[in-house]
Amino acid sequence: MVVRMLHRYWLKPVVFAACLLPMATLVWQAYSDQLGANPIEAITHHTGEWTLRFLLLTLLMTPLKRFSGWLWPVRLRRMLGLYAFFYASLHLATYLWLDQFFLWDEIWLDIIDRPFITVGMLAYLLLLPLALTSNRYMIRRLGKNWKRLHRLAYVVPALGVLHFWWLVKADILEPLVYGLLLAGLLLARLRKAPGR
Amino acid sequence: MLIRKSGRLTESDVTPVEIYRRRREFMKSGLMLAGAAVGAMLLPKHATGKLKLDEVTPGPFSSNEETTPRKDIISYNNFYEFGVDKSDPARHAHAMQTDPWSLRIQGEAETTGTFTLEDILKGRQLEERIYRMRCVEGWSMVIPWIGFPLADLVKRFQPTSKAKYLRFETLYDPEQMPGQRRNVLDWPYVEGLRMDEAMHPLTMLAVGLYGDVLPNQNGAPIRLVVPWKYGFKSIKSIVSIDFTATQPVTSWMRAGPAEYGFYSNVNPQVPHPRWSQKRERRIGELRKRKTLMFNGYAEQVASLYTGMDLVKNF
Repeated sequence: MVVRMLHRYWLKPVVFAACLLPMATLVWQAYSDQLGANPIEAITHHTGEWTLRFLLLTLLMTPLKRFSGWLWPVRLRRMLGLYAFFYASLHLATYLWLDQFFLWDEIWLDIIDRPFITVGMLAYLLLLPLALTSNRYMIRRLGKNWKRLHRLAYVVPALGVLHFWWLVKADILEPLVYGLLLAGLLLARLRKAPGR
Repeated sequence: MLIRKSGRLTESDVTPVEIYRRRREFMKSGLMLAGAAVGAMLLPKHATGKLKLDEVTPGPFSSNEETTPRKDIISYNNFYEFGVDKSDPARHAHAMQTDPWSLRIQGEAETTGTFTLEDILKGRQLEERIYRMRCVEGWSMVIPWIGFPLADLVKRFQPTSKAKYLRFETLYDPEQMPGQRRNVLDWPYVEGLRMDEAMHPLTMLAVGLYGDVLPNQNGAPIRLVVPWKYGFKSIKSIVSIDFTATQPVTSWMRAGPAEYGFYSNVNPQVPHPRWSQKRERRIGELRKRKTLMFNGYAEQVASLYTGMDLVKNF
């Protein structure tokens, strides 16, 4: 009874608040001058990493439901996906504003010349329609196509991992870990859902 | 199997005799307390009186730009031997033992062998030089180094006519350098210079920073500083200098031959394959500034590369 109440009224608000913690950490660190010698780089890395984490968390929900039998993970999927979009937007805004100061010709050169930026931009562009069509109205309106469109949720984190991979200088450990987690999450789907 | 020296070093083992004697004179003259206090202020614990930092003179080529705050220089840098994060060196480098320290001089030179750091530094006039430092990652600093021209040291060993390059090595000791326990780079870290680059008056060996001995994370006890090249060329915690006839293969050349060349001169026209080098963020500044050819030292060093294709020889 209590558990059911908890799920019904508290699950979403609690998770919603928890997902803001990475943002709160950033604000606190900026306020208390703890972002280090290169704050803009610190903000870029922090928001980028959390984007990737939320993308993976979103993908975790369906297999979690399937293997555990719980229903609550599916109720969180959309929120987590939107948080991935939120942190991706902060990440992109940091790049456009703090890193490049809206020097559009430089930004354009980056996009066409630097594969890791090309891939990052592409990932954001593919994430954008998912965020815009995440409301009930669009789900109803798009019907079958909605599901098709939202398969991009598998593509976007893959591009995110690649974006990270191509950025690091020598130590690929971190992007490798994200890549393996992603592969695991995708495999978990393939094995259990042959009919989809 | 590593064979380690047994027994612990005591303070008297690492204190040069002359300092030790001077301390006794202080004691005799009844100034022990004052002497100890002054000594503690002038000589940080790890300096052990080797560096006479009060005799540092202002050197040539200094920039008049605002220097980067010391706390940023000592807390944000790359020293992969201690981890790949730029906060790792400050976190882990304190465990490195820099005293005693010696350098192996080998290869095409009249004088070779192993020399203690005291020997290397004996009789050298230390200078403070404020140099710009540009990292290949796109950030930069202005750093007040203390050191002496590398050329002075090279002359002492009388390289032969066969010596065309210098090959430097950083300490390899995974016990003290946790970053070396993973093969992120091919350890030990190797860097190199062409002989004329090494003999250039801008090129220096640094032993101090901001009026004090070099903190471990910045490459104690002795490091190279080549201000017109990307920061990774300025190898830290040097244990070996080898005079070679052929161009050394550096650690970064091995890690990414298409991305890191032997020269690695700062050049806004030649992008890193994955990012532009046109601009840089000076630490402490919000907006990026334009990167200058040879990091602003073109007047001094451009002639070293006359007629060379700098796109090919990146």
